Amino acid sequence: MAVTTPAPPTPAPSRPTARRDTGPRGLRQRLARWDVTFSPYLYIAPFFLVFAVAGLFPIVYTAYVSVHDWHLIGGQGGFVGLQNYVDVLTQPRFLTALRNTFSIFLLSSVPQLIVAIVVAAVLDANLRAKTFWRMGVLLPYVVAPVAVALIFSKMFADQSGLINTVLAGVGLDPIGWHSDPLASHVAIATMVNFRWTGYNTLILLAAMQAVPRDLYEAAVIDGAGRLRQFLSVTVPMLRPTLIFVVITSTIGGLQIFDEPRMFDTLGQGGADRQWMTVTMYLYELGWGAQKSFGRASAVAWILFLIIVAIGLLNFALTRKIASAGAATKGGAK
Amino acid sequence: MRITRLTAGAAGLAGLSLVLAACGGTEADGDAAAGGGGSTEEAGDITLTVATFNEFGYEELLDEYMAENPGITVEHKKAATSNEARDNMNTRLAAGSGLADVEAIEVDWLPELMQYPDQFVDLADPELEGRWLDWKVEQATTADGKLIGYGTDIGPEAVAYRSDLFAEAGLPTDREEVAELLEGDWETYFEVGRQFAESSDVPWFDSAQATYQGMVNQLPNAYEETDGTAKDLAENSDVKALYDQVLTAAVDDGLSAGLEQWGEDWTNAFQNDGFATMLAPGWMLGVIEGNAAGVEGWDIADVFPGGGGNWGGSFLTVPAQGEHPEEAKALAAWLTAPEQQVKAFISKGTFPSQVEALESEELLGQTNAFFNDAPTGEILANRAEAVSVTPFKGPNYFAIHLAVSDAIVRVDANGTDDAATSWEKALTAFDELGL
Repeated sequence: MAVTTPAPPTPAPSRPTARRDTGPRGLRQRLARWDVTFSPYLYIAPFFLVFAVAGLFPIVYTAYVSVHDWHLIGGQGGFVGLQNYVDVLTQPRFLTALRNTFSIFLLSSVPQLIVAIVVAAVLDANLRAKTFWRMGVLLPYVVAPVAVALIFSKMFADQSGLINTVLAGVGLDPIGWHSDPLASHVAIATMVNFRWTGYNTLILLAAMQAVPRDLYEAAVIDGAGRLRQFLSVTVPMLRPTLIFVVITSTIGGLQIFDEPRMFDTLGQGGADRQWMTVTMYLYELGWGAQKSFGRASAVAWILFLIIVAIGLLNFALTRKIASAGAATKGGAK
Repeated sequence: MRITRLTAGAAGLAGLSLVLAACGGTEADGDAAAGGGGSTEEAGDITLTVATFNEFGYEELLDEYMAENPGITVEHKKAATSNEARDNMNTRLAAGSGLADVEAIEVDWLPELMQYPDQFVDLADPELEGRWLDWKVEQATTADGKLIGYGTDIGPEAVAYRSDLFAEAGLPTDREEVAELLEGDWETYFEVGRQFAESSDVPWFDSAQATYQGMVNQLPNAYEETDGTAKDLAENSDVKALYDQVLTAAVDDGLSAGLEQWGEDWTNAFQNDGFATMLAPGWMLGVIEGNAAGVEGWDIADVFPGGGGNWGGSFLTVPAQGEHPEEAKALAAWLTAPEQQVKAFISKGTFPSQVEALESEELLGQTNAFFNDAPTGEILANRAEAVSVTPFKGPNYFAIHLAVSDAIVRVDANGTDDAATSWEKALTAFDELGL
C-alpha cells in the first residue's frame, strides 16, 4: 500500500521519453501501470484462493478418491478405475434414492415457488405494519432444521401423530407417513416448504419492488385489473429473479439431507428406504455399514454431474424463455 | 492521517496474530500441554483427556483421581450422543491425530475398530486378569490376544412388564411368579403372549425388531464365521428360522404392537398401554422410567427367554496416537476398577462388568422405586451371570443385521410387505453389500 499510494505529482503522459527513463520516475510509472493492470485481480483473488482451497480442491480430491478403494478408517486402497461408479449405478438402492430425491424436490420446489410468489405479491400491496408481515414470513427460516424436524415428526407420527388423529376424527383412514413412499415425501416436503417459502418470498418481494411503478400506472390506464397486472406485468418482470430462485432451490433440493434424515430416529430413510435421498445414500455408503469412501465419492460425483446437467438444462430453457420474452416485447412495439 | 493508518495497521496485525494464535490454540489444544509445549508447567505434570458420551458417571471419579495423583490433570470431553462420539472417533483415527488419551467406545463399534489393532495400545495386564466377566474381555480381545479396551458397563437383559395389565388378563403379577412363568425359550415367551392376548386387547410386546435383536444376540455366529467371513444370508437357516418365528408371533398371532423402537409412536406408546412386556437391558430401565412417567404398574422379572442376553455396554480404549500411553492406561484401569464402577452405577445407572462389582453389597442392595421397588441390582447381576454366549460380531455384522431388521420392520411396523417378499428384499440388500 505504502509503496503505491504516493503517486507522481506531475503526470507523465505528455512526455514520450518518460518510458525510457530508468530512474525513480520510470519505476513509479511502471508501478502505476501495474497497479491498474493487476490490482483488480489481487482484490478479487482472496475469493478465488478460498474457493480453490475450500471448493475446488475437495471436488478434485473427491474425484481422486472415487476411483480408488478407500475405507473410512483404513484409508486409501488400490486404484479401481470406474468400478465404484459401476457398483453404485447397479445397486437398486441408488435408483430408489434418485427417485426419492426428485420426488421430494418437485413436491417441495413447485408449490413453494407458487406460494412464495403469491405471498410476495400480497406483501407488495399496501399493508399496514409492512415490516412486521415481511419479517414474519422469514420467521420459519430462522428455526433450526432439526427443531423443525422434531416438531413435524410429532405431527406426522403414524399412530399417535396430530395429523392422523385429526384424520381419524373426521372419519378418514390414517395415512402411513412412515410406510408409504409418496406420503413420506409429502411429509418431508412440508418441512422443507415450511422453512424455505418465506425465504424465497423475500427474494421475490425485493424483485417486485424493483418493478417500475409507471408500468402499473400504464396498465391501469389500459384497463388492467389486479390479476391482469400480476400476470402480465409482475410475473414477466420477475423472470430473472425467478430463474435465480429456481436454480438455487434446485441445487438445495437435490442435496436435501437434514429433513429426511431427521424424519425418523434411525435416520436411514425408512425400512424400505422410502425416503432415502441421494445425500443420505452417500452418507450410508461412507459412514454406514460399508464404510466405503470410494463409493461415497462416486455418488458425490454422480450427484454433481446431475446438478450440472440440470443447471445446463435450466440455462438453455432460460435463454429460450428470455429470447422469447424479448421477441414478444419487440412484437408488441 | 499517518497515525490512524499506523493504528489501523497495528490493529489489523494484532487481529491477525490473535486469529493465528487461536488457530494454533485449537490445533494444539490437547498436546500442547502434553507435548511439553506449555511453558508454565513444571516437569512431570501432564494432562490427560478422557472422551466419553452420554452418561458414564465419571465426573466425581475424575476429581477423585486428580486428588490422588498430583501432577496429573484430567480433562473430560463429553459428547452428547454416541453417534457424535463415533463420528469423531472414526474421523480422527483416519486422520491419525486429535483423539483423547482415553477414548470411550461402545461395544457396537468394536468389530470395525478391531480391524485396526495397531491404532490402539495393548491393554492386556496380568494384574487385571479376572477383573471382568469373561465374555466382556473376549469382546475386546483380537484374534492374536491383544486387548484393546477395558470393559466399563454391560447391558444384561431382563423382561420388563406391566403388572397391572397382567392382572387384568388373569396372569400372575408377582415378579417371581412371572419369572417362573416365562422361564424357558422364546416359544414359551410367545406362548404366554398368546395366553395373554386371549383376555386382553393390549399387544404382548413392543416391536418385532427389538425382540429379534434379543434373539439374534444369542446366536454365537449369527451372520459371520469366526474368521470374519460373512455367511450367505440366503443360506442362513438359523437367522431365517428366527425371522420366521418372530414374525409369526408378531403378525400372524398379533402379539406385536408394531412399533419401531425409539420412534415417536414407540415413545408415546408407554403412556397409553401400548404393550405389556419388553426386553430390557439394565440401561433401558431409565428409558422406561422416563417414557412411562406417571404410569403405574411397571415391574421387572429376573428372567430372559432362551437364557441370558446382553445388549450394549462400553469400553475404555487408549489410542496409540496419544502422548502418554502409560499414564492413560493407568487411568483407564483405575476407572474400570470394581469400586469405581459401582460408584458410576450408583451415580448414573451404568451396570458394571466387573466380577467383584457384581458381588458388591452396594450394588446388590440397589432397588428401583419406579419398578415397584424391584431389587434391580440383584436381578441385573443374576442376568449378567446368565449370559453364556458371546455373539461373534465381525466387521460386517451391522450391515447384515440392518438388512434383516429392516425386513422385520417392513412387515411388523410398516405393513408394506409380507414375510416372504420382505425377506427377498433383505437378500437384495445383502447382495448390494458386495461381500
